[in-house]
Amino acid sequence: MNPDPPVPVLLDPEVDAVTAGGDLRPLHLRPRYLYVVFVGGVLGTLARWCAGELLGGGGSWPWATLLVNLVGAFCLGLLLEALLRRAPDRGWPRLARLHFGTGFLGSFTTMSALATEAVLLADRSQWWAAGGYLAVSLLGGVALAWCGVLLGSRLAEESA
Amino acid sequence: MNLVLMAVLGGLGAVCRFVIDAVVRARRTGDFSSGTLLVNVLGSLLLGALTGLVLREGVDPDVRLVLGAGFCGGFTTFSTASLECVRLVQAGRAGLALGYLLGGAACCLAAAALGFFLLA
Repeated sequence: MNPDPPVPVLLDPEVDAVTAGGDLRPLHLRPRYLYVVFVGGVLGTLARWCAGELLGGGGSWPWATLLVNLVGAFCLGLLLEALLRRAPDRGWPRLARLHFGTGFLGSFTTMSALATEAVLLADRSQWWAAGGYLAVSLLGGVALAWCGVLLGSRLAEESA
Repeated sequence: MNLVLMAVLGGLGAVCRFVIDAVVRARRTGDFSSGTLLVNVLGSLLLGALTGLVLREGVDPDVRLVLGAGFCGGFTTFSTASLECVRLVQAGRAGLALGYLLGGAACCLAAAALGFFLLA
């Protein structure tokens, strides 16, 4: 009759109690971390633009966004899992997580373009393309992020 | 010049996402909340509106490059949302993961459509 209370799910804590150098401010109020996220974001945005130029925005199927999102999801799973298993989240590992993960891969991949491109396909009555694009993106993203996590934990074990 | 602006706004978008995500996490009251979802919905609404303005109202496409590919692209993210689903499944919350995946995508789609059809 009494179900267990749900266990809180800690996803990828950006707010933590572990502090370095006695700095008690949360991460998003420390200039150093804002800076590495910013630089990562600039580079990730440029990389996404380059992918779009190379793969072309032409045709009805948004190849560039799809590829960028799937590759980025895999890389983020790999990066965060490897970091998580290798080192506590402080110092260089934390800078790497924020720069490459939150900054670069966060900006490299995009949800707004995915949603807007699907709406544009639907607006042109290309329902199958819109549905297929969404399905492949969402299922592929989760599957590849998981593959990245598995590979990341394996690499961390091997190098431990 | 527009490329530089696009890249800088992409970086600013990433910083905004980082801050919003941290604030949402710090204020978490339930057992699950996602700043990522909030960020993605807001960014989708903005990009939908920008796209509608460019396609129907004849606004300069460079505006979409700088604000859309730049800010919205850097602000919203797909990789974190995917990984959050994996983490939920790993935590034994497969139902919540599925709901988050489909519900989150539906919210972003609705936001992009709202921006595209109504605001422009």
